[in-house]
Amino acid sequence: MTTQSAETDDRGRRCVLRARGLSKVYRAGEVEVHALRGVDLSLYAGELIVLLGASGSGKSTLLNILGGLDTPSSGKVFFLERDITALDDAELTQYRREHVGFVFQFYNLIPSLTALENVALVTEIASDPMPPEEALQLVGLGERMHHFPAQLSGGEQQRVAIARAIAKRPSLLLCDEPTGALDSPTGVLVLEAIERIHEELGTTTALITHNSAIASMADRVLTMRDGLIHQESRNLKRRRARELSW
Amino acid sequence: MVKNALNKKLVRDFWRMRGQVLAIGLIMASGLGVLVMGLTTVEALDETARAYYERYRFAHVFARLKRAPQTLIERIAAIPGVQAVEVRVVANAVLDVPGFEEPVTAELVSLPSIGHSQLNLVVLRSGRMPRPRATNEALVAEPFAQAHGLRVGDRVRAILNGSWRELRIVGIALSPEYVYAIGPSALMPDDQRFGVLWLSEEVLQAAFDLDGAFNHVSVSLLRDTHPQSVIDALDRLLEPYGGAGAYARADHPSHWFLMNEIEQLRTLSHILPAIFLAVAAFLTNMVLNRLIAMERSEIGLLKAFGYDNREIALHYFKFVIAIGAFGVLLGALAGYWLGWQETRLYAQFFHFPFLLFRPSLAPFAIGAAVGIGTALAGALRAVRRAVALPPAEAMRPPAPPLFSRRMPSRAALTQRIELLTRIILRQVARWPVRSLTTCFGLSMSVAVLVVSMQWLDATEHMIDVYFRQAQAQDLTVSFTEPRTLEAARALGRLPGVLAVEPARFVPAKLRSGARERREALQGLLAEPTLYRVYDARGEALALPENGLLISSALAELLGVRRGETVDVEILEGHRDTVSLRVAGTFETYLGTPAYIELGALARLLKERPTVTSVHLRIDATRERELLRELKNLPGITAITLKSAAIRAFDETLAETLLIFVSFFIFFSCALAVGVTYNAARIALSERGREFATLRVLGFTRTEISYLMLGEIAFLMLLAIPLGCGIGWVLAFASLQGFETELYRVPFVIEPSTFGIAISVAVVATALSALAVRRRIDRLDLIGVLKTRE
Repeated sequence: MTTQSAETDDRGRRCVLRARGLSKVYRAGEVEVHALRGVDLSLYAGELIVLLGASGSGKSTLLNILGGLDTPSSGKVFFLERDITALDDAELTQYRREHVGFVFQFYNLIPSLTALENVALVTEIASDPMPPEEALQLVGLGERMHHFPAQLSGGEQQRVAIARAIAKRPSLLLCDEPTGALDSPTGVLVLEAIERIHEELGTTTALITHNSAIASMADRVLTMRDGLIHQESRNLKRRRARELSW
Repeated sequence: MVKNALNKKLVRDFWRMRGQVLAIGLIMASGLGVLVMGLTTVEALDETARAYYERYRFAHVFARLKRAPQTLIERIAAIPGVQAVEVRVVANAVLDVPGFEEPVTAELVSLPSIGHSQLNLVVLRSGRMPRPRATNEALVAEPFAQAHGLRVGDRVRAILNGSWRELRIVGIALSPEYVYAIGPSALMPDDQRFGVLWLSEEVLQAAFDLDGAFNHVSVSLLRDTHPQSVIDALDRLLEPYGGAGAYARADHPSHWFLMNEIEQLRTLSHILPAIFLAVAAFLTNMVLNRLIAMERSEIGLLKAFGYDNREIALHYFKFVIAIGAFGVLLGALAGYWLGWQETRLYAQFFHFPFLLFRPSLAPFAIGAAVGIGTALAGALRAVRRAVALPPAEAMRPPAPPLFSRRMPSRAALTQRIELLTRIILRQVARWPVRSLTTCFGLSMSVAVLVVSMQWLDATEHMIDVYFRQAQAQDLTVSFTEPRTLEAARALGRLPGVLAVEPARFVPAKLRSGARERREALQGLLAEPTLYRVYDARGEALALPENGLLISSALAELLGVRRGETVDVEILEGHRDTVSLRVAGTFETYLGTPAYIELGALARLLKERPTVTSVHLRIDATRERELLRELKNLPGITAITLKSAAIRAFDETLAETLLIFVSFFIFFSCALAVGVTYNAARIALSERGREFATLRVLGFTRTEISYLMLGEIAFLMLLAIPLGCGIGWVLAFASLQGFETELYRVPFVIEPSTFGIAISVAVVATALSALAVRRRIDRLDLIGVLKTRE
């Protein structure tokens, strides 16, 4: 247990996040739902992984635990050397604030703030953020930064959400079905934004989807089924986001 | 079957929204509770008084006189319209109660030696009636006995015609004549310093040189007899016997005070409920709007299934009626209970021997109609909107609200608090009607307190002006018979007396045209220094050499102005009627006094200046010694200490006003809590997703709380000046409704009243907001984010 920080992958990349024996049991009324049944996973610095799986396979639960939104029933998660499963609520808040960027299927922008202000919301509580304008430029929304969510299309709203997630220069970018609510061309625009961020900032990125077409843009693809990582594969050559369609 | 399913949905919605339903219900119940309380109390007091008067045969017309032979009874009974006649000896005396330093003024009332009283029967509460001719037996009024802890078998001493006599208490009693027992020239009941004693007729006749005679008449009237005709006939008949003017029950002090109290209560039971019900209507509207916003897709679905608009409207109206019914039920129960409590309190205060609390259905029916009507009125707009949604649109999620940048500016994004503040301000600006409603509800909770506590300020001010600024005497001594100035001034030689000032009371009738008013003329020195004629605007006035100085309230009653004349019928001595010029008027808060210079009064009476009372300023350290001396002096009917009068005033107010104010504080809190709770719950249900997002982004609970509570705090901040303003206006308006012949309540609001009102409302708001805040801790971060609202 003392050597986690030394762990690297075959390309010498440092392990950022390491999960061991994660299981999660929900009580839904009378029945117990085993969302995770002992997952082991390592995420390496600068890597882009895609978690594939049908709904109910446990991929969102896994992402939520990695992001400090949820705690496992058993097992541990180490962020660098720190055991985040041992953190209390305030420490988890701090963890999310400093290290994790989230992107959700339904954008979750604050309707009463403009695009710029939505991003600024996060940069103001981060220790080493980029200027919010720059984050918006990275996702191609430099022109529309003074618009309110209601004045933006779904794809634009999602790109604001991405800008908001990465503006604090997070160690981890976690995207839960970022294209789930979008049509194919708009979805590609959003994926391009994620790709660009990943390449320009080197952010370790995990992306959840049930859309296997997206898997080809990842370094590694993990397929989940019944609360376990069922299959792991590596793309020798990643495809560009703009080449994708579904 | 399907209808059944809709009804089930209704029941579950009701349960799901129970917190908000409870909050609305509480506010409605507060309004209805006060309405029902007021109406039932008024009804109960009215009915109790009526029954009391009837059972114990309270007379209709009364008259005092000097002395008339018993044989006059037949002539009185022969006056057309007279049903029964009771003649008595009624006299004042100084009493010495063991263990009580101060002298006590007693009203001694005779009981017939033969047979029973015809009118104004006493209610024997314990013991027995005095035996006829038993010289040392007395009945004591219950409130007086209670104030001194007197029981049957105890003894008190009274000066009867110049010599001390020991009286044994054989019974304790109540009388419809002394529901509100007020001593001579007192303003408030003081059960310690004023008491009523009933003695055998023969004993009092002997003691006051009235053998075979009487000095007080009570008359009951046949149905449909107008009192005035009997009063006139009685005045004519009693004139040779020193009649001081007959008066109807309406002018009987006890009855007059009682009716005044009931009338004030009636006014009160209209103002407050209106405020609460208005706020309840707003709140119902708010909650219903929210409910329907959340039910868009269900409404669309129902329509897609083929429900028509009427059925859907009915469904939501049922929900509203359920809320209304809940409020009505709660209000009716609370009102019944409060009414019972309040009636009991008043019954204690008035010393009713029994209490008829049998509320009719009317207050409850009025309450129910008003309650349900309010709820329906509040919901009308929301339901109309629900029905207007086309099914397809209804099933789509609502578009995100468009905010405006105009509101908070694009000032530098420096502080994160500043951004959160901007969210708050934009939220307020985006939903102006809702924000205004909340703000209005909160401001009303401040206003309600200002209105109620203004009463304490006003009375405090009244006491201060009347007793402290105007009057410089410590003590007033009243004599049984008028004395010469020299005899009165001799009191100055008593121990501890620093200054003496004479005064002369003459019963009189003042007339101007058709308007008539019984009011004693008070003769004072030209420039009194102890008992001063004081204009409430803050200056002492000198008495004119000729003519009257009357209170502006009296001038208004008589319809005269300065410089005009009034006819004054003197009701003693030569009983002349003279025309007197109104030399000046002045503002008073209490009573309707008329003053005249002592010398001018003597000329009017065609006598040398005489005195019926003296005001004394004394050395406080020698008060006890002086009181002991005074008690033993003959010919004194009353000794009134100013400090005791102030205390009596304060205590009476404490008994009535403070109860009233504490009700208001409760209702104000209910208002603040109800409004805040609803606003916070609505914010939480509408913006839970936003709050959860911020939590995920790394904002702390404290910061999210700031977002939610900040909005309420901001609205509260606006509500404070608004509430103070509304309170000011309402207080001013309600004073107009409360003006009586006895009081003109000054419009005074102390800064501390605003302070307390604001504090109470802020604390109530903060507590209920914090109660909702706890729910932020339980926000389901994952669940909220994964789903589209």
